[in-house]
Amino acid sequence: MAAERRGAAIDIVGLRKEYVSGAGRVVALDDIDLHVAPGEFVCIVGPSGCGKSTLLRILAGLAQETSGTIKVEAPGWAVENAMVFQESGLFPWMNVETNVGFGLSTRGVPAAEAAARVDAALKLVGLTKFRRHYPHQLSGGMRQRSAIARAFVTDPGMLLMDEPLAALDAQNRAILQAELLRIWEQTRKTVIYITHSIEEALLLGDRTVVMTAQPGRIKTIIDVPFPRPRDLMTLSASPEFGRLKLDIWRVLEDEVTRARAEEET
Amino acid sequence: MNGLSSKARERLLYLISPIGLIVIWQVLLMLGIGDRRFIPAPSDIAERFVKLTASGELEWHVAVTLYRVFLGYVIGAVPAVAVGLLMAMFKPVRVFFDPLIAALFPIPKIALMPLLLLAFGFGDASKVALVAIAVFFPVVINTYVGAANIEKIYWDVAKNYGASQSVMFRRIVFFGALPTIFAGLRIALAVSFIVLVASEFVATKSGIGYLIWNSWELLQVDVMFVGIVTIGVLGLITSVLFQEIERWAIPWKTE
Repeated sequence: MAAERRGAAIDIVGLRKEYVSGAGRVVALDDIDLHVAPGEFVCIVGPSGCGKSTLLRILAGLAQETSGTIKVEAPGWAVENAMVFQESGLFPWMNVETNVGFGLSTRGVPAAEAAARVDAALKLVGLTKFRRHYPHQLSGGMRQRSAIARAFVTDPGMLLMDEPLAALDAQNRAILQAELLRIWEQTRKTVIYITHSIEEALLLGDRTVVMTAQPGRIKTIIDVPFPRPRDLMTLSASPEFGRLKLDIWRVLEDEVTRARAEEET
Repeated sequence: MNGLSSKARERLLYLISPIGLIVIWQVLLMLGIGDRRFIPAPSDIAERFVKLTASGELEWHVAVTLYRVFLGYVIGAVPAVAVGLLMAMFKPVRVFFDPLIAALFPIPKIALMPLLLLAFGFGDASKVALVAIAVFFPVVINTYVGAANIEKIYWDVAKNYGASQSVMFRRIVFFGALPTIFAGLRIALAVSFIVLVASEFVATKSGIGYLIWNSWELLQVDVMFVGIVTIGVLGLITSVLFQEIERWAIPWKTE
Protein backbone atom coordinates (compact mmCIF):
# COMPACT_ATOMS: atom_id res chain seq x y z
CA MET A 1 0.00 0.00 0.00
CA ALA A 2 2.77 2.44 0.92
CA ALA A 3 4.67 1.41 -2.21
CA GLU A 4 1.75 2.57 -4.36
CA ARG A 5 1.94 6.00 -2.93
CA ARG A 6 3.76 8.46 -5.16
CA GLY A 7 5.07 11.94 -4.38
CA ALA A 8 3.84 15.27 -5.62
CA ALA A 9 3.55 16.27 -9.27
CA ILE A 10 5.20 19.58 -10.11
CA ASP A 11 4.35 21.69 -13.13
CA ILE A 12 6.40 24.84 -13.67
CA VAL A 13 5.60 26.97 -16.73
CA GLY A 14 7.36 30.14 -17.85
CA LEU A 15 8.78 30.93 -14.44
CA ARG A 16 10.69 34.19 -14.12
CA LYS A 17 12.29 35.80 -11.12
CA GLU A 18 13.76 39.28 -11.08
CA TYR A 19 15.10 41.20 -8.17
CA VAL A 20 16.37 44.71 -7.71
CA SER A 21 20.06 44.91 -6.96
CA GLY A 22 21.67 48.32 -6.53
CA ALA A 23 20.88 50.33 -9.63
CA GLY A 24 19.54 47.64 -11.92
CA ARG A 25 17.25 44.67 -12.11
CA VAL A 26 18.79 41.25 -12.13
CA VAL A 27 17.06 38.35 -13.81
CA ALA A 28 17.73 35.37 -11.57
CA LEU A 29 15.51 32.90 -13.40
CA ASP A 30 14.02 33.13 -16.85
CA ASP A 31 11.71 30.98 -18.89
CA ILE A 32 11.85 27.93 -16.65
CA ASP A 33 9.64 25.06 -17.81
CA LEU A 34 9.86 21.90 -15.79
CA HIS A 35 7.49 19.01 -15.27
CA VAL A 36 8.26 16.56 -12.55
CA ALA A 37 6.38 13.27 -12.34
CA PRO A 38 5.07 11.95 -9.02
CA GLY A 39 7.85 10.19 -7.14
CA GLU A 40 10.57 11.40 -9.47
CA PHE A 41 14.06 12.27 -8.26
CA VAL A 42 15.30 15.31 -10.18
CA CYS A 43 18.77 16.76 -9.71
CA ILE A 44 19.70 20.28 -10.71
CA VAL A 45 23.29 21.22 -11.54
CA GLY A 46 24.61 24.54 -12.75
CA PRO A 47 27.30 27.14 -12.20
CA SER A 48 27.11 29.29 -9.05
CA GLY A 49 24.67 32.13 -9.46
CA CYS A 50 22.47 30.23 -11.91
CA GLY A 51 19.47 30.70 -9.65
CA LYS A 52 19.01 27.06 -8.71
CA SER A 53 18.67 27.90 -5.04
CA THR A 54 16.19 30.63 -5.95
CA LEU A 55 14.11 28.07 -7.82
CA LEU A 56 14.10 25.85 -4.76
CA ARG A 57 13.19 28.74 -2.47
CA ILE A 58 10.25 29.62 -4.69
CA LEU A 59 9.06 26.00 -4.55
CA ALA A 60 9.48 26.08 -0.76
CA GLY A 61 7.38 29.23 -0.45
CA LEU A 62 10.33 31.25 0.83
CA ALA A 63 10.50 33.49 -2.25
CA GLN A 64 7.92 34.83 -4.67
CA GLU A 65 8.14 34.38 -8.44
CA THR A 66 7.92 37.50 -10.64
CA SER A 67 5.83 35.76 -13.29
CA GLY A 68 4.94 32.31 -14.52
CA THR A 69 3.00 29.55 -12.84
CA ILE A 70 3.86 26.77 -10.47
CA LYS A 71 1.43 23.99 -9.79
CA VAL A 72 2.16 21.39 -7.17
CA GLU A 73 -0.24 18.53 -6.62
CA ALA A 74 0.35 16.51 -3.52
CA PRO A 75 -2.87 14.67 -2.78
CA GLY A 76 -2.79 12.45 0.28
CA TRP A 77 0.38 13.95 1.71
CA ALA A 78 0.48 15.61 5.10
CA VAL A 79 2.35 18.65 3.80
CA GLU A 80 3.27 19.83 0.34
CA ASN A 81 7.00 20.18 0.81
CA ALA A 82 9.86 20.13 3.27
CA MET A 83 13.27 21.61 2.64
CA VAL A 84 16.69 20.35 3.66
CA PHE A 85 19.20 23.18 3.79
CA GLN A 86 22.91 23.07 3.06
CA GLU A 87 23.97 24.12 6.55
CA SER A 88 21.42 21.82 8.22
CA GLY A 89 19.60 24.76 9.83
CA LEU A 90 19.01 22.77 12.99
CA PHE A 91 17.98 25.09 15.79
CA PRO A 92 20.96 25.17 18.20
CA TRP A 93 18.65 25.60 21.20
CA MET A 94 16.66 22.43 20.55
CA ASN A 95 17.98 18.92 21.00
CA VAL A 96 17.85 16.43 18.13
CA GLU A 97 14.45 15.03 18.96
CA THR A 98 12.83 18.46 19.35
CA ASN A 99 14.43 19.61 16.11
CA VAL A 100 13.18 16.55 14.26
CA GLY A 101 9.68 16.98 15.68
CA PHE A 102 9.55 20.71 14.95
CA GLY A 103 7.46 20.48 11.78
CA LEU A 104 4.98 18.22 13.59
CA SER A 105 4.56 20.48 16.62
CA THR A 106 3.96 23.55 14.43
CA ARG A 107 1.19 21.70 12.63
CA GLY A 108 -0.58 20.54 15.75
CA VAL A 109 0.12 16.82 15.40
CA PRO A 110 -0.97 15.21 18.70
CA ALA A 111 1.97 14.62 21.05
CA ALA A 112 1.70 10.84 21.18
CA GLU A 113 1.55 10.50 17.41
CA ALA A 114 4.37 13.02 16.96
CA ALA A 115 6.56 11.10 19.43
CA ALA A 116 5.97 7.84 17.56
CA ARG A 117 6.77 9.44 14.21
CA VAL A 118 9.92 11.11 15.59
CA ASP A 119 11.01 7.72 16.98
CA ALA A 120 10.57 6.16 13.56
CA ALA A 121 12.40 8.97 11.78
CA LEU A 122 15.32 8.84 14.22
CA LYS A 123 15.54 5.11 13.68
CA LEU A 124 15.46 5.62 9.93
CA VAL A 125 18.57 7.82 10.06
CA GLY A 126 20.25 5.94 12.92
CA LEU A 127 20.20 8.72 15.50
CA THR A 128 18.08 7.14 18.24
CA LYS A 129 20.99 7.17 20.68
CA PHE A 130 21.67 10.86 20.05
CA ARG A 131 18.12 12.13 20.47
CA ARG A 132 18.93 14.23 23.53
CA HIS A 133 22.09 15.75 22.06
CA TYR A 134 22.25 19.36 20.96
CA PRO A 135 23.39 20.14 17.40
CA HIS A 136 26.78 21.45 18.53
CA GLN A 137 27.49 18.06 20.07
CA LEU A 138 27.00 16.28 16.74
CA SER A 139 29.28 15.73 13.75
CA GLY A 140 28.43 17.37 10.43
CA GLY A 141 27.10 14.08 9.09
CA MET A 142 24.83 13.57 12.10
CA ARG A 143 23.52 17.11 11.77
CA GLN A 144 22.58 16.53 8.13
CA ARG A 145 20.96 13.23 9.13
CA SER A 146 18.86 15.07 11.69
CA ALA A 147 17.89 17.64 9.08
CA ILE A 148 16.87 14.87 6.69
CA ALA A 149 14.85 13.17 9.44
CA ARG A 150 13.17 16.49 10.24
CA ALA A 151 12.08 16.75 6.60
CA PHE A 152 10.91 13.14 6.21
CA VAL A 153 8.99 13.07 9.47
CA THR A 154 6.51 15.68 8.24
CA ASP A 155 5.55 13.31 5.41
CA PRO A 156 5.91 15.85 2.59
CA GLY A 157 4.83 15.21 -0.98
CA MET A 158 8.12 16.61 -2.17
CA LEU A 159 11.53 17.08 -0.65
CA LEU A 160 13.52 20.15 -1.60
CA MET A 161 17.20 19.60 -1.01
CA ASP A 162 19.71 22.41 -1.42
CA GLU A 163 23.15 20.80 -1.60
CA PRO A 164 22.41 18.93 1.61
CA LEU A 165 25.64 16.92 1.57
CA ALA A 166 28.03 19.52 0.12
CA ALA A 167 29.62 20.38 3.46
CA LEU A 168 30.47 16.77 4.32
CA ASP A 169 33.68 14.84 3.77
CA ALA A 170 33.78 12.24 0.99
CA GLN A 171 33.08 9.17 3.16
CA ASN A 172 30.19 10.71 5.01
CA ARG A 173 28.75 11.98 1.76
CA ALA A 174 28.87 8.50 0.19
CA ILE A 175 27.21 6.95 3.25
CA LEU A 176 24.46 9.55 3.33
CA GLN A 177 23.89 9.29 -0.42
CA ALA A 178 23.27 5.57 0.00
CA GLU A 179 20.96 6.20 2.96
CA LEU A 180 19.07 8.85 1.11
CA LEU A 181 18.51 6.49 -1.83
CA ARG A 182 17.33 3.76 0.51
CA ILE A 183 14.86 6.08 2.26
CA TRP A 184 13.66 7.51 -1.04
CA GLU A 185 13.08 4.07 -2.50
CA GLN A 186 10.98 3.20 0.55
CA THR A 187 8.90 6.36 0.52
CA ARG A 188 8.78 7.39 -3.15
CA LYS A 189 8.56 11.07 -2.46
CA THR A 190 9.27 13.51 -5.23
CA VAL A 191 12.73 15.01 -4.73
CA ILE A 192 14.27 18.14 -6.18
CA TYR A 193 17.94 17.97 -5.35
CA ILE A 194 20.45 20.72 -6.01
CA THR A 195 24.09 19.73 -6.23
CA HIS A 196 27.46 20.91 -7.50
CA SER A 197 28.54 17.36 -8.15
CA ILE A 198 27.75 15.77 -11.52
CA GLU A 199 28.54 12.35 -10.07
CA GLU A 200 26.04 12.90 -7.30
CA ALA A 201 23.39 13.96 -9.80
CA LEU A 202 23.97 10.83 -11.87
CA LEU A 203 23.99 8.58 -8.82
CA LEU A 204 20.81 9.92 -7.27
CA GLY A 205 18.55 11.31 -9.96
CA ASP A 206 16.14 10.03 -12.57
CA ARG A 207 16.90 13.15 -14.56
CA THR A 208 19.54 15.85 -14.36
CA VAL A 209 18.59 19.43 -15.15
CA VAL A 210 21.56 21.50 -16.33
CA MET A 211 21.15 25.25 -15.84
CA THR A 212 22.88 28.27 -17.32
CA ALA A 213 24.05 31.30 -15.39
CA GLN A 214 22.64 34.85 -15.45
CA PRO A 215 19.90 34.66 -16.37
CA GLY A 216 19.28 31.19 -14.98
CA ARG A 217 17.70 29.10 -17.70
CA ILE A 218 17.38 25.39 -18.27
CA LYS A 219 20.07 24.47 -20.79
CA THR A 220 19.30 20.81 -21.12
CA ILE A 221 17.66 17.95 -19.26
CA ILE A 222 19.39 14.61 -19.30
CA ASP A 223 17.69 11.29 -18.58
CA VAL A 224 19.77 9.13 -16.29
CA PRO A 225 19.34 5.60 -17.61
CA PHE A 226 20.90 3.54 -14.83
CA PRO A 227 18.72 0.88 -13.20
CA ARG A 228 18.03 1.02 -9.48
CA PRO A 229 19.07 0.21 -6.85
CA ARG A 230 22.25 2.07 -7.69
CA ASP A 231 25.60 2.07 -6.03
CA LEU A 232 28.33 4.61 -6.68
CA MET A 233 31.23 2.18 -6.94
CA THR A 234 29.64 -0.08 -9.59
CA LEU A 235 28.12 2.88 -11.36
CA SER A 236 31.32 4.86 -11.69
CA ALA A 237 33.03 1.84 -13.27
CA SER A 238 30.58 1.77 -16.19
CA PRO A 239 31.56 3.50 -19.46
CA GLU A 240 28.06 4.99 -19.81
CA PHE A 241 28.52 6.81 -16.49
CA GLY A 242 31.81 8.30 -17.67
CA ARG A 243 30.29 9.41 -20.96
CA LEU A 244 27.31 11.14 -19.32
CA LYS A 245 29.56 12.78 -16.77
CA LEU A 246 31.73 14.17 -19.55
CA ASP A 247 28.69 15.38 -21.55
CA ILE A 248 27.33 17.32 -18.58
CA TRP A 249 30.77 18.61 -17.69
CA ARG A 250 31.23 20.02 -21.24
CA VAL A 251 27.90 21.85 -21.03
CA LEU A 252 28.79 23.26 -17.63
CA GLU A 253 32.28 24.21 -18.73
CA ASP A 254 30.86 26.20 -21.67
CA GLU A 255 28.54 27.98 -19.28
CA VAL A 256 31.24 28.80 -16.76
CA THR A 257 33.54 30.11 -19.51
CA ARG A 258 30.76 32.20 -21.01
CA ALA A 259 29.72 33.64 -17.65
CA ARG A 260 33.31 34.53 -16.85
CA ALA A 261 33.82 36.20 -20.25
CA GLU A 262 30.70 38.30 -19.67
CA GLU A 263 31.87 39.35 -16.23
CA GLU A 264 35.16 40.56 -17.67
CA THR A 265 33.70 42.66 -20.49
CA MET B 1 44.16 20.69 42.33
CA ASN B 2 44.13 17.54 40.24
CA GLY B 3 41.04 16.26 41.98
CA LEU B 4 39.01 19.25 40.78
CA SER B 5 37.18 19.39 37.52
CA SER B 6 38.31 22.12 35.14
CA LYS B 7 35.06 23.97 35.81
CA ALA B 8 35.61 23.94 39.58
CA ARG B 9 39.16 25.13 39.03
CA GLU B 10 37.91 27.96 36.84
CA ARG B 11 35.48 29.02 39.55
CA LEU B 12 38.25 28.91 42.16
CA LEU B 13 40.47 31.08 39.96
CA TYR B 14 37.65 33.59 39.97
CA LEU B 15 38.45 34.35 43.63
CA ILE B 16 42.19 34.85 43.26
CA SER B 17 42.30 38.45 42.07
CA PRO B 18 40.01 39.95 44.77
CA ILE B 19 41.79 38.04 47.53
CA GLY B 20 45.18 39.08 46.17
CA LEU B 21 44.12 42.72 46.22
CA ILE B 22 43.03 42.52 49.86
CA VAL B 23 46.30 40.92 50.94
CA ILE B 24 48.39 43.61 49.22
CA TRP B 25 46.21 46.33 50.79
CA GLN B 26 46.67 44.94 54.30
CA VAL B 27 50.42 44.51 53.88
CA LEU B 28 50.91 48.05 52.56
CA LEU B 29 49.06 49.59 55.54
CA MET B 30 50.88 47.39 58.04
CA LEU B 31 54.14 48.65 56.52
CA GLY B 32 52.92 52.16 57.33
CA ILE B 33 52.26 53.22 53.76
CA GLY B 34 49.05 55.28 53.93
CA ASP B 35 47.14 56.92 56.79
CA ARG B 36 44.98 54.42 58.64
CA ARG B 37 42.53 57.12 59.77
CA PHE B 38 41.49 57.73 56.20
CA ILE B 39 42.32 54.40 54.64
CA PRO B 40 41.49 51.64 57.11
CA ALA B 41 43.21 48.29 56.72
CA PRO B 42 41.16 45.24 55.73
CA SER B 43 41.49 44.02 59.32
CA ASP B 44 39.93 47.29 60.63
CA ILE B 45 37.13 46.94 58.13
CA ALA B 46 36.63 43.30 59.14
CA GLU B 47 36.40 44.31 62.76
CA ARG B 48 33.77 46.93 61.97
CA PHE B 49 32.02 44.42 59.77
CA VAL B 50 31.72 41.97 62.66
CA LYS B 51 30.27 44.70 64.90
CA LEU B 52 27.76 45.81 62.31
CA THR B 53 26.60 42.28 61.60
CA ALA B 54 26.40 41.40 65.28
CA SER B 55 23.94 44.25 65.78
CA GLY B 56 21.99 43.18 62.70
CA GLU B 57 22.35 46.64 61.21
CA LEU B 58 24.31 45.56 58.14
CA GLU B 59 21.95 42.69 57.38
CA TRP B 60 19.05 45.11 57.45
CA HIS B 61 20.70 47.46 54.96
CA VAL B 62 21.72 44.55 52.71
CA ALA B 63 18.21 43.15 52.76
CA VAL B 64 16.71 46.52 51.86
CA THR B 65 19.19 47.05 49.01
CA LEU B 66 18.71 43.54 47.63
CA TYR B 67 14.95 43.90 47.81
CA ARG B 68 15.06 47.14 45.82
CA VAL B 69 17.53 45.78 43.26
CA PHE B 70 15.61 42.57 42.77
CA LEU B 71 12.22 44.21 42.41
CA GLY B 72 13.49 46.96 40.10
CA TYR B 73 15.48 44.47 38.05
CA VAL B 74 12.49 42.25 37.41
CA ILE B 75 10.14 45.17 36.72
CA GLY B 76 12.65 46.60 34.23
CA ALA B 77 13.94 43.43 32.56
CA VAL B 78 10.72 41.54 31.82
CA PRO B 79 9.06 44.24 29.69
CA ALA B 80 12.45 45.05 28.13
CA VAL B 81 12.75 41.50 26.79
CA ALA B 82 9.18 41.58 25.48
CA VAL B 83 9.59 44.98 23.81
CA GLY B 84 12.97 43.99 22.31
CA LEU B 85 11.51 40.85 20.76
CA LEU B 86 8.45 42.68 19.43
CA MET B 87 10.70 45.35 17.94
CA ALA B 88 12.64 42.73 16.04
CA MET B 89 9.49 41.03 14.77
CA PHE B 90 7.21 43.94 13.91
CA LYS B 91 8.29 47.06 12.12
CA PRO B 92 5.61 49.37 13.61
CA VAL B 93 6.78 48.47 17.11
CA ARG B 94 10.34 49.20 16.05
CA VAL B 95 9.40 52.55 14.52
CA PHE B 96 7.57 53.48 17.71
CA PHE B 97 10.29 52.57 20.20
CA ASP B 98 13.46 53.33 18.24
CA PRO B 99 13.44 57.14 18.64
CA LEU B 100 12.31 56.88 22.26
CA ILE B 101 15.17 54.59 23.13
CA ALA B 102 17.68 56.65 21.16
CA ALA B 103 16.60 59.81 23.03
CA LEU B 104 16.28 58.36 26.54
CA PHE B 105 19.17 55.91 26.65
CA PRO B 106 21.98 58.49 26.91
CA ILE B 107 20.37 60.31 29.87
CA PRO B 108 22.25 59.39 33.05
CA LYS B 109 19.50 57.58 34.91
CA ILE B 110 20.46 59.01 38.27
CA ALA B 111 19.48 62.42 36.86
CA LEU B 112 15.90 61.18 36.98
CA MET B 113 16.00 60.68 40.75
CA PRO B 114 14.48 64.07 41.72
CA LEU B 115 11.70 63.49 39.22
CA LEU B 116 11.04 60.02 40.59
CA LEU B 117 11.00 61.36 44.13
CA LEU B 118 8.27 63.74 43.03
CA ALA B 119 6.36 60.99 41.34
CA PHE B 120 6.79 58.13 43.81
CA GLY B 121 7.68 59.81 47.08
CA PHE B 122 10.48 59.00 49.52
CA GLY B 123 9.70 55.32 49.98
CA ASP B 124 11.04 52.27 48.15
CA ALA B 125 8.97 52.96 45.04
CA SER B 126 11.18 55.76 43.73
CA LYS B 127 14.36 53.65 44.06
CA VAL B 128 12.72 50.60 42.54
CA ALA B 129 11.49 52.72 39.64
CA LEU B 130 14.98 54.12 39.05
CA VAL B 131 16.49 50.63 38.95
CA ALA B 132 13.74 49.46 36.60
CA ILE B 133 14.37 52.34 34.20
CA ALA B 134 18.14 51.85 34.28
CA VAL B 135 17.76 48.10 33.69
CA PHE B 136 15.27 48.53 30.87
CA PHE B 137 17.67 50.11 28.36
CA PRO B 138 20.59 47.67 28.18
CA VAL B 139 18.15 44.76 28.18
CA VAL B 140 15.84 46.12 25.49
CA ILE B 141 18.76 47.04 23.23
CA ASN B 142 20.48 43.69 23.62
CA THR B 143 17.26 41.78 23.12
CA TYR B 144 16.47 43.69 19.97
CA VAL B 145 19.97 43.29 18.54
CA GLY B 146 20.00 39.59 19.39
CA ALA B 147 16.59 38.95 17.87
CA ALA B 148 17.23 41.05 14.78
CA ASN B 149 20.48 39.24 14.05
CA ILE B 150 19.15 35.71 14.23
CA GLU B 151 20.56 33.92 11.21
CA LYS B 152 18.24 34.01 8.25
CA ILE B 153 18.30 30.25 7.85
CA TYR B 154 16.39 29.81 11.13
CA TRP B 155 13.59 32.04 9.88
CA ASP B 156 13.56 30.10 6.61
CA VAL B 157 13.43 26.74 8.33
CA ALA B 158 10.71 27.87 10.73
CA LYS B 159 8.62 29.29 7.91
CA ASN B 160 9.08 26.27 5.67
CA TYR B 161 8.12 23.97 8.55
CA GLY B 162 4.87 25.76 9.21
CA ALA B 163 5.67 28.02 12.18
CA SER B 164 2.96 30.54 13.08
CA GLN B 165 3.79 34.03 14.35
CA SER B 166 3.38 32.81 17.90
CA VAL B 167 5.67 29.80 17.38
CA MET B 168 8.18 32.11 15.69
CA PHE B 169 8.08 34.36 18.76
CA ARG B 170 8.21 31.75 21.49
CA ARG B 171 10.41 29.09 19.97
CA ILE B 172 12.66 30.83 17.46
CA VAL B 173 13.15 34.53 18.14
CA PHE B 174 13.24 34.25 21.93
CA PHE B 175 15.71 31.37 22.08
CA GLY B 176 17.77 32.66 19.18
CA ALA B 177 18.20 35.95 21.03
CA LEU B 178 18.73 34.37 24.47
CA PRO B 179 22.56 34.47 24.52
CA THR B 180 22.48 38.18 23.64
CA ILE B 181 19.63 38.80 26.09
CA PHE B 182 21.80 37.33 28.83
CA ALA B 183 24.65 39.65 27.88
CA GLY B 184 22.22 42.55 28.35
CA LEU B 185 20.93 41.16 31.65
CA ARG B 186 24.48 40.91 32.93
CA ILE B 187 25.19 44.57 32.12
CA ALA B 188 21.86 45.48 33.69
CA LEU B 189 22.81 43.69 36.90
CA ALA B 190 25.86 45.90 37.38
CA VAL B 191 23.94 49.01 36.33
CA SER B 192 21.18 48.28 38.83
CA PHE B 193 23.61 48.24 41.78
CA ILE B 194 25.28 51.41 40.54
CA VAL B 195 22.12 53.49 40.26
CA LEU B 196 20.54 52.08 43.39
CA VAL B 197 23.45 52.83 45.69
CA ALA B 198 23.66 56.34 44.23
CA SER B 199 19.93 56.85 44.76
CA GLU B 200 20.21 55.66 48.38
CA PHE B 201 22.56 58.56 49.09
CA VAL B 202 19.56 60.85 49.34
CA ALA B 203 16.11 60.81 50.85
CA THR B 204 16.23 57.47 52.61
CA LYS B 205 17.29 55.98 55.94
CA SER B 206 18.07 52.48 54.74
CA GLY B 207 20.15 50.54 52.25
CA ILE B 208 23.88 50.21 51.66
CA GLY B 209 23.98 53.54 49.84
CA TYR B 210 22.55 55.23 52.90
CA LEU B 211 25.11 53.46 55.11
CA ILE B 212 27.97 54.74 52.97
CA TRP B 213 26.68 58.29 52.74
CA ASN B 214 25.79 58.50 56.43
CA SER B 215 29.24 57.26 57.46
CA TRP B 216 30.81 59.97 55.29
CA GLU B 217 28.78 62.58 57.12
CA LEU B 218 29.89 61.12 60.47
CA LEU B 219 33.45 60.57 59.15
CA GLN B 220 33.33 56.86 60.04
CA VAL B 221 35.65 55.79 57.26
CA ASP B 222 35.69 52.14 58.31
CA VAL B 223 31.88 51.94 58.11
CA MET B 224 32.07 53.54 54.69
CA PHE B 225 34.46 50.81 53.60
CA VAL B 226 32.23 48.13 55.05
CA GLY B 227 29.49 49.50 52.81
CA ILE B 228 31.71 49.68 49.75
CA VAL B 229 33.07 46.17 50.27
CA THR B 230 29.57 44.84 50.90
CA ILE B 231 28.43 46.23 47.57
CA GLY B 232 31.44 44.65 45.89
CA VAL B 233 30.73 41.30 47.51
CA LEU B 234 27.04 41.50 46.62
CA GLY B 235 28.06 42.27 43.03
CA LEU B 236 30.41 39.30 42.98
CA ILE B 237 27.88 36.89 44.48
CA THR B 238 25.08 37.95 42.15
CA SER B 239 27.44 37.77 39.18
CA VAL B 240 28.48 34.19 40.03
CA LEU B 241 24.84 33.28 40.63
CA PHE B 242 23.99 34.85 37.32
CA GLN B 243 26.60 32.73 35.53
CA GLU B 244 25.06 29.60 37.01
CA ILE B 245 21.62 30.64 35.83
CA GLU B 246 23.03 31.35 32.38
CA ARG B 247 24.68 27.92 32.20
CA TRP B 248 21.37 26.35 33.10
CA ALA B 249 19.27 28.50 30.73
CA ILE B 250 21.50 28.17 27.66
CA PRO B 251 22.64 24.55 27.62
CA TRP B 252 23.45 24.80 23.91
CA LYS B 253 25.99 27.59 24.37
CA THR B 254 29.44 26.33 23.44
CA GLU B 255 32.12 27.22 25.96
